[in-house]
Amino acid sequence: MSGLKMPELNQEVLARRQQVLADLSAILPGESVVSDENEMRVFESDGLTAYKALPFVVVLPETTAQVVKILKYCHHEGINVVPRGSGTSLSGGALPLEDGVLLVLSKFNQVLDIDYANRCVVVQPGVTNLGITRAVEGEGFYYAPDPSSQIACSIGGNVAENSGGVHSLKYGLTASNVLGVEMVLISGEKIRLGGKHLDAEGYDFLGLITGSEGLLGVVTEVTVRILQSPETARALLVGFPSSEDAGQCVADIISAGIIPGGMELMDRLAIHAAEDFVHAGYPLDVEALLIVELDGPEAEVDTLIEIVAKIARENKSSTLRISENDEERMLFWAGRKAAFPAVGRISPDYYCMDGTIPRRQLPKVLARMRELSDHYGLRVANVFHAGDGNLHPLILYDANIPGELEKAEDFGADILKLCVEVGGVLTGEHGVGVEKRDLMPVMFNEVDLKQQQRIKCAFDEQHLLNPGKVFPQLHRCAELGRMHINQGKVPFPDIPRF
Amino acid sequence: MSDKFVPHNNQQVVDAVLWAVGEETPLEIIGQGSKQALGRSMQVAHTLDLSRLTGITLYEPEELVISARAGTPIAEIEAELEKNSQEFQFEPMDYGPLLGGEPDKGTIGGVLATNLSGPRRIKSGSARDHILGINAVSGRGEAFKSGGRVMKNVTGYDLSKGMAGSWGTLAAITDVSFKVLPKAPDEITVVLEGLLDEDASTVMAIAMGSSAEVSGAAYLPEGVSARFTIQPANGAAATLLRLEGIAQSVEYRSKALQKLLKAFGKSSVLERNQSRNLWREIRDVHPFANGADRPVWRLSVIPSEAHKILLALRMQTSVDAYYDWQGGLIWLEMQGEVEAELVRFTINAYGGGHATLVRADNETRATVPVFQPQEPALAALSKRLKESFDPKGILNPGRMVEGI
Repeated sequence: MSGLKMPELNQEVLARRQQVLADLSAILPGESVVSDENEMRVFESDGLTAYKALPFVVVLPETTAQVVKILKYCHHEGINVVPRGSGTSLSGGALPLEDGVLLVLSKFNQVLDIDYANRCVVVQPGVTNLGITRAVEGEGFYYAPDPSSQIACSIGGNVAENSGGVHSLKYGLTASNVLGVEMVLISGEKIRLGGKHLDAEGYDFLGLITGSEGLLGVVTEVTVRILQSPETARALLVGFPSSEDAGQCVADIISAGIIPGGMELMDRLAIHAAEDFVHAGYPLDVEALLIVELDGPEAEVDTLIEIVAKIARENKSSTLRISENDEERMLFWAGRKAAFPAVGRISPDYYCMDGTIPRRQLPKVLARMRELSDHYGLRVANVFHAGDGNLHPLILYDANIPGELEKAEDFGADILKLCVEVGGVLTGEHGVGVEKRDLMPVMFNEVDLKQQQRIKCAFDEQHLLNPGKVFPQLHRCAELGRMHINQGKVPFPDIPRF
Repeated sequence: MSDKFVPHNNQQVVDAVLWAVGEETPLEIIGQGSKQALGRSMQVAHTLDLSRLTGITLYEPEELVISARAGTPIAEIEAELEKNSQEFQFEPMDYGPLLGGEPDKGTIGGVLATNLSGPRRIKSGSARDHILGINAVSGRGEAFKSGGRVMKNVTGYDLSKGMAGSWGTLAAITDVSFKVLPKAPDEITVVLEGLLDEDASTVMAIAMGSSAEVSGAAYLPEGVSARFTIQPANGAAATLLRLEGIAQSVEYRSKALQKLLKAFGKSSVLERNQSRNLWREIRDVHPFANGADRPVWRLSVIPSEAHKILLALRMQTSVDAYYDWQGGLIWLEMQGEVEAELVRFTINAYGGGHATLVRADNETRATVPVFQPQEPALAALSKRLKESFDPKGILNPGRMVEGI
């Protein structure tokens, strides 16, 4: 791993590994404690494969009671814990620690309750995102957030990362689709937040833990809302001679009061890679390709699709197709959905970035990215959730060429700094993890970061849960809590008063 | 000595909080004070009045974002959004009339601090689902920010959501950015007349589970139904299903929905303006905004359990009530005592949820827990969260819970 510093290993814990293994084996059945080096290999990284570490030990509990015991034990013994769902994180959120227990929740794989009258489902955290939809689609329902890893990623991981997907502008991120959780704190205390009712009481802990990247607790049960599937969906495939025209088209669609179910933009390199791979019939002589999907009642979709087509033509679209059936609509999507592997075919390796920008900055960001591409001598392909401004540049490199991974990472960091510079953020949906950890100061100052860490302290005072992730610098909670009070020295403030 | 600080900029907010920290004296944070009669009564000598932190600082309709200083009147922001046919999709309610105050008051900071929503909550969420970013001053006297102005952001903990429903006990919010969305050009309400509670519950569940995209599902029992300005069922019990969107879509869905619900009796349709006015009254609890001071509860429960909860309550005491959110929200007016234990016990008996004592006199609000008491582990976590923002208990102490 290039230049990533993780917290110093706890030698004292490493030294008593045999005792820890014995203690964990007393909590869990034998096969649920994995300590053999070869067996632990499969867990050494998550979706961000550039970073690897062998866990101290892997545990696979299957009941909340076991999770309570494990956390209580680790808390008492001062042992780090890294929670892991399916391990599909693209930011290293589930990267193991060599002195940390890797708590894998894949055995929590049951759908506990399907409640159609209240349109919610209660599941264990190891159930996959798509598994929820599979459980309810017979009745015409689905779970809305659809990260591209949905076939594999777990709902617990979705909560940890606040996962999005192509439909998030219209249907929201995970945070807006989770009604409640049961979670275990590092102390071993079990709490319930929310439930089947619509708004949780008190402080918005659900909002705080969603997207907290496994640093605040271990979720052991999730209640999500489900929606009736839209009656119909149709898509437009529109080519533009420039990204400016495509960007303006997106702005005009939204200004017309239309919020499409999905709106995706690809640049020239991504279009070519995708077309070579899946032969979706994408035009090859355009600079930008826009897929707009409208979903809802038939009467609405048929009306809006004509309006969108008109807006596209007014923005100098050079090609325009409207899907006439579901097969054609799926074909439009096939290239976009295969964009990552398609890019994987034209380059030995690629590095997927995830910034969000104010949409109107797209032409400027793409232009700067071309300059950076020349500077680093690395190609970059772009796919863009155009509706919500979430940009996924894919940097092409070859890890076998010495120095090229580092170059790709530097290029990536420059892109994210650019996103922040134009008013955007470091990560739209992949999370900070270890990948963007050291870039946090680009977006937040010391005061902002310290306030975030104080919340961490409210949940986990000893920094035992997933340390080394999200925050570039770990401050002791006692230090963070200290206040410098100038008692009697702060003058009466010079503020208008009545 | 009692002082009311009225800062004009964020630095003055910092100065006021730092002074209070130094003096170890708490501050009551207010915007326009439109919801001062809600929450626990506080004994606080000094006030931090944010109503002069005003102005829309950024509004980009095509980017679906608006930013404003926290003290900006909600009415001013909604008027600006209206010019571009946009709105806050979470339909923030107006507590004014219910609490005996004027309508159309309140600030955008207060909207977030109290996590407001409206009938569309069931489809589109509440303020917490639409907040993008904030600037605020903690009880440590430190100005911090969280989130941003873009639609999709998972960078760091979401402290913006953390402000939602915190009632000013964590930080004084100085700036907010919200997601805004196009306003539906048309709406109607499908009305089913004379259903009993249980049938209404079934009808609402069927409608919400259909592809008709219902954006409001309410049930007004007989008696309460007659207390709305617009009486969709001539005073009889009314089951209401709102449909919004472009005209073609609304008409199409209305037909489909009425066909789907044919077995439950004849249905009628309220046209756009009547529909709008009625849902505004549902949102703002019009039937109980009568100048009376009888206790009013806001119950957030499992939607399908609402009619059972109400039946159980009626066996024990005399109440008036109606449901919004398919039953997920019950507005309950007590005809006699406040009955906090009975109300909360009954909710627990039907799968859980929570009850907030929205209207009661000062004395009652000082003795009865206004917000739902929490289990010990969660209560302890709430206290630790409070301390992480405000270790000296400077900001709105005791507004939600004693000691927080």
